[in-house]
Amino acid sequence: MDDTNQINEKDKKPIESTHKIGIYLWIWGLLFVLSFFSYMVDWYQFQGMLRWSLILFFMFAKAGLIMAFFMHLFWERYALVNVLLWPMTAIACFVFLMAAEFEYTLFSRMFYFFVGGGA
Amino acid sequence: MSDPKIDGFELKPGFRGMASDTGSDQTMFKGVHWGKAMMWIFLLSDTFVFSCFLIAYMKGRGSTPVEWPNPSEVFALEAFGVPVPLLLIALMTFVLITSSGTMALAVKYGYEKNRKMCGWLVLATAIGGLTFVGMQAYEWSKLIHEGVRPWENPFGAAQFGSFFFMITGFHGTHVSIGVIFLFIYAYKVFAGHYENGGKRGWFTTMKGDYVEIEILGLYWHFVDLVWVFIFAFFYLW
Repeated sequence: MDDTNQINEKDKKPIESTHKIGIYLWIWGLLFVLSFFSYMVDWYQFQGMLRWSLILFFMFAKAGLIMAFFMHLFWERYALVNVLLWPMTAIACFVFLMAAEFEYTLFSRMFYFFVGGGA
Repeated sequence: MSDPKIDGFELKPGFRGMASDTGSDQTMFKGVHWGKAMMWIFLLSDTFVFSCFLIAYMKGRGSTPVEWPNPSEVFALEAFGVPVPLLLIALMTFVLITSSGTMALAVKYGYEKNRKMCGWLVLATAIGGLTFVGMQAYEWSKLIHEGVRPWENPFGAAQFGSFFFMITGFHGTHVSIGVIFLFIYAYKVFAGHYENGGKRGWFTTMKGDYVEIEILGLYWHFVDLVWVFIFAFFYLW
């Protein structure tokens, strides 16, 4: 009980916790730089695995920075952060399921176009 | 940026804190404003909607044997007589990230009770969003003139149009709604609805508070976040 009371005393001080402006400007700058690089991926016409991995890398880097710092998730309570992030694994599962599905659809289309269903 | 301490609870950080928050038979997101928790849950559901669109696009693009239109050429724009790939899309990305930055600063100045800076930055964000919607309208009309329809297009696989209009249209709707709210909140900040303990909330009899600017910011950053994924998967892939 004593601990709780002490916390209440501290709570009464009208201090708003804000972050230094530097952190926002840094993240802002980084987002511009990352966007520029992802545009360069198209500009120089990288192809194949290099193109896809670079696109994904810049995409996740940008998304991570926005969520962690602009949306303050880095400073939020874990109860909230985990409720938000764990459902993303369901989306990842769905992506893998549908990736397997489109491979199969493409295969069966090609198969019946060129080999035929009869015989 | 939740309140670090609230009445009656000793909040612990990290996973230990999560366990006690979740298992204490009380409110779960302790120290998190209810509006913020609800906005996050709405954004989570919106994430699923956009994911379904993008996954459907992956499935559609992956399963067609017809050549997919090359986005680098379809979205090219003439600048000084030279076709520049994805020029408009790059500008749209630039505008949206700029407005995301001004929004983040607006939230910061809001919490510091700097009414004028907060108001101007929310207004700047609204104008950035409006610019984005304008550029998107231009992009749509250009493609429609070139003969892109949800059922056919002159560049390649017929599915291209339906995915393009559906995904960018849904994102554009989110931006438009965001712009409307940004203008309303810019007015509310300038009018001092959040000053001196708060005067007027929004659709509620409760008092307003600068936390509303952070909640609005969450929505706006989410719109930017979705654009990051659309930019990667639709325009670059």
